[in-house]
Formats: sequence, structure tokens, C-alpha cells
Amino acid sequence: MVNLKPSDKSILKGMRVSPGEAPEASVSSEGDDHDEFPAEDLVFDVSALSVFYGQFRAVRDVNMLIKRNEITALIGPSGCGKSTVLRSFNRMNDLIPTARVEGNLLYRGVDLYDERVDPVEVRRRIGMVFQKPNPFPKSVYDNVAYGPRVAGRKRGLDDVVENSLRKAALWDEVKDRLRESAIGLSGGQQQRLSIARAIAVDPEVLLMDEPCSALDPIATSRIEELMEEIKDEYTILIVTHNMQQAARVSDRTAFFSVEVDESSDRRTGLLIEYATTDKLFSNPDDERTENYITGRFG
Amino acid sequence: MADISTWPDPIGVNLRSDPLSVEALAGPRRRAWKEAAIRGVFLCAAFISIVISVLIVFSLIREAWIFMTGVEWAKTWGQNGWFPRNGLYDMPTLLVSSLIVTVVAMLVAGPLGLGSAIYLSEYASRRTRSFLKPVLEVLAGVPSVVLGFFALFFISPQVIERIGRNGWLVIGAVVIVGYLAFVVTWARKLVQREAGADMATQIKRVLILTALVATALVLIWWVNDVAGSGDPESQDFFSVKRSGQLAAAAVGVGILTIPLVASVSEDALAAVPKELRNASAGLGARKMTTTVQVVLPAAVSGIVAAFIIGISRALGETMVVFMAGGAADAALFTSSPFDGGLTMTAGMASLATGTDNVVGEGLTFQSLYFVGLVLFILTLTLNVLAGRFVNRVREKY
Repeated sequence: MVNLKPSDKSILKGMRVSPGEAPEASVSSEGDDHDEFPAEDLVFDVSALSVFYGQFRAVRDVNMLIKRNEITALIGPSGCGKSTVLRSFNRMNDLIPTARVEGNLLYRGVDLYDERVDPVEVRRRIGMVFQKPNPFPKSVYDNVAYGPRVAGRKRGLDDVVENSLRKAALWDEVKDRLRESAIGLSGGQQQRLSIARAIAVDPEVLLMDEPCSALDPIATSRIEELMEEIKDEYTILIVTHNMQQAARVSDRTAFFSVEVDESSDRRTGLLIEYATTDKLFSNPDDERTENYITGRFG
Repeated sequence: MADISTWPDPIGVNLRSDPLSVEALAGPRRRAWKEAAIRGVFLCAAFISIVISVLIVFSLIREAWIFMTGVEWAKTWGQNGWFPRNGLYDMPTLLVSSLIVTVVAMLVAGPLGLGSAIYLSEYASRRTRSFLKPVLEVLAGVPSVVLGFFALFFISPQVIERIGRNGWLVIGAVVIVGYLAFVVTWARKLVQREAGADMATQIKRVLILTALVATALVLIWWVNDVAGSGDPESQDFFSVKRSGQLAAAAVGVGILTIPLVASVSEDALAAVPKELRNASAGLGARKMTTTVQVVLPAAVSGIVAAFIIGISRALGETMVVFMAGGAADAALFTSSPFDGGLTMTAGMASLATGTDNVVGEGLTFQSLYFVGLVLFILTLTLNVLAGRFVNRVREKY
């Protein structure tokens, strides 16, 4: 049974708890022992997920099981829909008027696309860090306190801000300038601020959409260290263009690719292979994965 | 492979093999001359526009200077009205009227303009926007004469005179609505905060709530009583002038200003990067929270600029205030929007359209230029200020 405390139920207004036992989670059907994990560690159960923009199917048939407190990387060539898939995990795609999702996306047994589910509640539990550092034109403090304030929290904000900034390894650099505008921070600091801001709402999952693509190598390694440090508390999904990064930080990797419809020249993304990072990078099952990670394609 | 250096050249020069000279690279003379001529034409166009503007300002200053040196300054301040043909040039009369019109116009154009900008940029679907934006632009194209008629024959009798006659009722209604809104929000906040407070505080809150509601009822009764009592004469609370008031003209000016405020604020809102909205949504904020907490603060300088541009437009609007302002070519000092009055622009227009041209006291004609200069300086300052604010938004993103 998926572990859902009664207190959680009251918060997850309108979310449906799927009846009966969750199926035994297993990432690989091959039966590699280290690939399997117990059902209570299952955070996301994605099956037959397709995302449409209007009539156009951007991604099709994604099947993934995401494990708690792991870092799962989504890699693949441009246009393969990995960001689209990531954004469907906290319903950010809802902000695009024509976007539509088919298939099942269960978060701890609850269908995130059930009509009773409020996307705002989903996003409070599943936070997101974007590609470009995007601090609000407010003070450092107000940036971090934004999420908790939006959620109605008024007291103890100082502690929340300090803890979040500490977790994001930014506290020492900004503790003396909390009241100054966040626009003045460097790119790497701004991105760590974005992470602190996402952490401040105390989410269970962090979605990171190419969080390092706008950063220099030093700032990138800071963020990677940070992900390693906080993964005990969060489940992290990261989209990255950088295969080395995926190999360095992630526990599991999903490789996406594109198929081109010759008649319409439409490009649809699909999940090629999903396995532990060790296996995917050392001994991939699919030839396309191997071509991509060895640099022969993409 | 053929040796291209031996190919005959169409213009009889072999570019590859002939010796190179400066003349060969100089290009045709005619082309350079043509370039210079075209440049000259555009320079002339720019220069003439600037010269015309400078000459206008110069003539304005020259005539205004004659007025300023010739006038008895005591007659420009503290008189009982603006009577240019009789040598009374009371500037406060015009300034206060202009101020009243501008303030009331912005009370109309500010909320409506900003509101439509927020709707267009944050809420409207692409299809609604593609329909609504042109409509707004049509409103911007309504000739001010048309709005002047509208102000004089509809807003003045149907809106302003009614409000003026029933002043107490209107004030009372506003107070009561505001008070009730306060009570409701207060009560809602209490309910939200927590239900688990101890008995004493609970009872205290219920008592306070009862008292508040009771006060509201007393207020309603009192307003009703005051509005209903007394003779019809005293009901004319604001002693509203018939056929044309500053307020009626101001509402007309406000309607004219809405599209301007809306479009400049919408530009400012659209300049706020989408990433900020996404970031806010990603933190679990609702659209309304995102708009109020993130988008509006980020666009604030642009919105301020929109308001300043709106004020400058309202200050300079002539036809509506001239037609519906409720004064001909002279006016007594007034500080009531329900009275007739002359704004700076209307004052100038009425002087220039006088039946027997601008005849009157020696400086009557020059006073027109003086008022014009004051108006010019005011709007110029406002526009420079607005430009600064607009640039500030651009710098940030």
C-alpha cells in the first residue's frame, strides 16, 4: 500500500487515493535485482503518458517508475520532449492553453490529472527549478519567503529563509544582504536562490529543468554538490543536456529520443530506455541509447 | 580546370590580373553623390521639424514674455476669477480647474485602464485579446468633439447632476459599502485564522462582530434618514451647476484617456518575463497572487509612466473640457467639481474662438500665450518624467 498519512489526505484536497494495493514496482522487466525497489519508495508511477500541444503529439508512451530520494535524470537530444515530460509532473503544462495530457501519472498513488486535483496544490508539493535563474525583483529574503507566504504562512519565516538558504549553500554568501535585491546576485547565486526558493515551500519532489545550462563550470559543480547533499530529503528529477552531468549526479537515467513523421515533418519524442545510470551508461539495452551516449547521434 | 584570370570581363577590366589602383577601388562618383543627396534630404526633413518646433516654443515664449513683463502680477493671483477681457488673470482659477479635471479623469482612467491592461495581458485568451485590443484602439480614435457632446448631453445631466443632487446618499452608500467590506474581511480572517481559540476570545470576537454589524445598521438608518429629510433645496448637496460641470468634462476626458493608460500599462506588463510568472506558478501561487505580487511590482515603473502619460494627456485635453466644462470664456474661481469652470486649455480655446477675436484689455491676447507656456512646461516635465520611468523598466529586463 502506498504510504499516505491521514494528515496528507486532508492537505491533498480532492486527490484520489487509488484503491487496492499498488503494483509491485519494478523498473526493469529483465529482473536485475538492484533495479527493483519496494512499493513504499515509489513516488511517481507513469504509464502510457502522452503530451499534446493542440492536435500535435509532442511526446508519446512514457512509462517510468520514480524512486524516493533518488536523482532521476532525463536526457536526450533537443526536441525529444524531456522538458515537456518534466513539466507534466507538476502540471506546469497547464499554463500552456493548448497542452493536454493522456495516460496515467500517479503521484504516491494519486492521479495528478484527476479532475478534482488543483494544480496549485500539486505545485506546492512538487517544486520546480527552471533553466534560467529567475529571481523576482524583490529582496533575497522576500524571494525565499515568497512560497511560504503564498501558502499562507506568516510566522517563523526567518527560520524558513535561513534553513532554505543554508540547504541551498547560499546562506554564508547572502546572510548580510538579505534585504538587498536578488537581481544583484551572480548567475550561480541566483540559481541557488531559485533552489532555496523552491525548497522553502518544503516540497517532496524537486523538478529541475536544465538548472545548470546558464551557469559556468564552477557554479555548475556547486549545484551538483548541492543536489547530492539534499537528495536524502527530496526526490529529484533533472532534465539535462549534459550527459556527463547525468552520469555524475543521477541514480537512474531515462533516455528520450525523437521520431520524425516523414509525411508531416512532425517530431514526436519518446522514451527509449530507462534504467539505473550505471547500466544505461555502461551497458545500454537499446542501440539508439548506445549511439547517443557514445556521441554518434544527437 | 579553366584559368579564370584569362576570362574576358564584361566591363573590359580584368579584376584579377590588372594592376590595382586607388581609382579602381574608388567606385563610381555618381553613387557617392547620390548617397550624399539622399542623406541631405532626410537631414532636411529632420532639421525642418526641429526648426518648426523650436520656432513654436520661441513664439510662445516671446508673447508670454510680453505678458509677464507687462502684467500687474497682483492680478494673476488671488483674484476672484479668470476674466481675461477685463484684465483679471487669476491663474489659480485655471490651475485648480485643471487639477480637478485631471484628478477626476485619472480616477476614471486609472482603474479602468490598468484593469483592462491586466485583463488583456494576464487573463485574456489569445482570441479574446485579438478582439479586445482593436476595440480599445477604436476608443482611442474617438474624436474628442464626440466625447465632448457625450459629456455635455449624457454624463452631465444623467450622472453628475444626479450625484450632485443626492450627495448624502452617494457618500453614505460609499461609506456603508466600504464599512461592510471591512467587517466581512475581518470576520473572514478570524474564521480562517483558527477555530480552536479558547472560549473567552471566541465570545469576545462574537461580541465585537455583533457591535460592528449593529453600527452598520445604524449607519444605514442614518443615511436613509438624512437623505429623506429636509426640503428639496437642501438635497442639492453639492450645489451642482446645470448643463456642464468640471466633473462631467473630467469623466469624458477620463474615458478618452483609458486607452492610453491601458496600452502603456499593457506594454509594461508584457515586458515582464514569462519566466517570473512560471517561477511564481511553480511555487504554488495562484494567478491572482502572481499578478499582484510578482507581475505588478516588476512592471511598476511602466505603470507609473502610464499614469503620468495619462495625466499629461488629461491636462492637455481641450475640446471635452471646453464643451462640457460649464463655462464660456471667463470663470469664477471654484474648487468644486460640480461647478462649471475653465481649465487652462479651455481658457485658451475660448479666448481664441471669441466672436470678436481676441479683443479686450491690452494684454488679453498675450495672456493666452502665458497660459500656453505654463501648460507646455507642465506637460513637458510630465513627459520627461514618464520617459525616465519607461526606460527604467527596459533597463531591468
